[in-house]
Amino acid sequence: MSGDRRKFLWRSLGGATAAWLAANWPQGLAAAEAAQGAGGFAFFSRAQAAEIDAMSAQIYPTDDLPGAREAHVVGFIDLALVTFAQDKQTIYTKGFGELSAATGGRPLGSLPEARQIALLTGIENTPFFRTVRDHTVMGLFAAPQHGGNFGKLGWKQIGFDDSLNFRAPFGAYDKA
Amino acid sequence: MRKYNPNEDVDFLVIGSGAGGAVMAKQLAIAGFSVVVLEQGGWGAYGHEQDYSKDELSNRFPAEDDMLMTNPKTQINTFRRNAGEKAAIGNHSYGCVVGGGTVTYGGSSWRHLPWEFDEASRFGTMAGTGIADWPISYAELEPYYSQAEWEIGISGPNIRSPLIAPMSRPYPVPPLPLKSSGALFQRAADKLNLTVVPNVAAIITEPYRGRGACINCGMCSGYGCQTRARSSSAVSLLPYAEATGNCEIRAWSYVREISVDATGKCTGAVYFEKKNANREVFQKAKVVVLAANGTETPRLLLLSKSGRFPQGLANSSGIVGKYLMTGNGGGAHGLFSDPLNEYKGCVTGAAILDYVPNDVKGRGWYGGGRLTARGQMSPIQYGLSGPHNAPRWGAGYKKALIEQANRRMSLTNFISQLPLETNMVDLDPEVKDAWGLPAMRITTTSHENDMRGVRFFIEKSVEILKAAGASEVWADAPSDARGGAHARGTCRMGNDPKSSVVNRYHRAHDVPNLFVVDGSSLVTGGRNHPTMTISALAFRAAEHLAKAARTGNVRI
Repeated sequence: MSGDRRKFLWRSLGGATAAWLAANWPQGLAAAEAAQGAGGFAFFSRAQAAEIDAMSAQIYPTDDLPGAREAHVVGFIDLALVTFAQDKQTIYTKGFGELSAATGGRPLGSLPEARQIALLTGIENTPFFRTVRDHTVMGLFAAPQHGGNFGKLGWKQIGFDDSLNFRAPFGAYDKA
Repeated sequence: MRKYNPNEDVDFLVIGSGAGGAVMAKQLAIAGFSVVVLEQGGWGAYGHEQDYSKDELSNRFPAEDDMLMTNPKTQINTFRRNAGEKAAIGNHSYGCVVGGGTVTYGGSSWRHLPWEFDEASRFGTMAGTGIADWPISYAELEPYYSQAEWEIGISGPNIRSPLIAPMSRPYPVPPLPLKSSGALFQRAADKLNLTVVPNVAAIITEPYRGRGACINCGMCSGYGCQTRARSSSAVSLLPYAEATGNCEIRAWSYVREISVDATGKCTGAVYFEKKNANREVFQKAKVVVLAANGTETPRLLLLSKSGRFPQGLANSSGIVGKYLMTGNGGGAHGLFSDPLNEYKGCVTGAAILDYVPNDVKGRGWYGGGRLTARGQMSPIQYGLSGPHNAPRWGAGYKKALIEQANRRMSLTNFISQLPLETNMVDLDPEVKDAWGLPAMRITTTSHENDMRGVRFFIEKSVEILKAAGASEVWADAPSDARGGAHARGTCRMGNDPKSSVVNRYHRAHDVPNLFVVDGSSLVTGGRNHPTMTISALAFRAAEHLAKAARTGNVRI
């Protein structure tokens, strides 16, 4: 994992985010903070993080535009799993087993891209894949202070302006 | 804030602080009576609304103390389509915070039309349905609509049209902007000869009564309003109740029973202090005003069974909980060539009104509704629901998601629903909520007439989007109501104690010091926009109740 990708920004979580996490999942937040201190992950092993990184990179790939990888989605999911998505931990734990069975124990990311897509298509209706898909999407489009959507790249791609203060006209059709 | 001791026999105990309860609390407190309001939800950001978060992720997974809607894991409810089925765990949810559903709602504030108060006489009844005249007329309620609009702060267009209820006073503030969807509505309307108007909304567009105007942030329905532009009960009514020094609002107070004495009168209510280890408290009161919403109100009456009221309180008619109307919708979506940016501005956009009146001969079904430009597309929501006609993930998903972003227009329809005796709220015989009380059970299937209405509106939505120039149009699948925040009809108002629960002044036929003032007392559902009518009824009920209390007709 590159150093850049490990900047999950636990310590720079926005004040509101940190307060929200601390109020609800104090242990999760503490675990995440400790993990960052150690340069690792709060929920995932390094190998598991690499699997989720590979999956999310297929779910929202990098092309001309950045994708899930550049948005720091893995870090977002790792924090999610010890906080607001704690109830999804089992799905992941079981899912890693299912994925390993499908890849024959090889890391997903080590396979040719077409093979990765075929493999994921084969499991796309499982609770594991659906959950990773939804968490990837959240990591792309939640506010950056939650650890993903790095540099607001997800928001920029879908044209979302987060200034939360607008005046009409709002779009192309209500211009006078 | 004024505090009362639970042993103090307060004049009025108001259960619920939403559209009905807050009006009652304010009017009765201003009239000089002692009032305690019990609210099962928390405070939200009452009094410090600038702290309402606009963060989509934390709004999806709120802290217990920040929840603005019920938590379905604790406020468990069950659902079934008909009495022959065993009910399964349901997903009914509603506003649960000081201010009730008005804290997070879209804010639509349409009045019922005059002919919606005497439909049985005017248009006739239909076999197997509970269409009935109200015991009051539009003319009787009109002054209270006007009072509610001015006190609460409603924005809207001032248009005279048979499609809009006549008004003695214009709206106090101008309407919300039409948005791009409104402009596209107008484009279709010009071709199809339809009437487009801005939404009538409990959202102020100019500073009004000390509150700031809407800044069109777009994080609207489901969020608290940080500028206090949404005229919720929590900013437009309750602070005035509190300021009298006569009214105490008690949040986190979950009522389990309205208590009665040997003479059959209410004596107060027993509630759990949610933030005090669910300690049980009995608050004594001379009069109880029940305003817990169209589903919790009948549930609480049914929970308040006693030797004297074996079928539940105020239920000698047996119809408490029946004639539930939760509201039907459905709509369609279209893609346009240029960005609409519908995420900006209030969630509820312009409306098309031409199908509000009945036209049984022309359409083959009874009822009507409003087509509304409405489709909240905040980033996570958009990403999760995904682009139209595209894969759920991968390169194709990404490409379509980016291409279609901000080019979508959605229509949501608000359609009439017939009151049926078989649609109801009652107590689940097995399932309990987190406090050990019988869970609410909802049983509902719309009349086939109403499903014809749903299909009609979906087809109209498609036609309108095509006429507006959409390059692609897709329709929602017709689906029947399940629950939700528009529940009405479950303690219907009427003159006959055999066929109604409360009288024309909201007094329970069976219990002289019990009043029901929320969506429950609506006889017919209108076009699925209940809040303004609930507010107007509450202003009327409060005026009557204050008078009755002064003259000894209600013993204070």
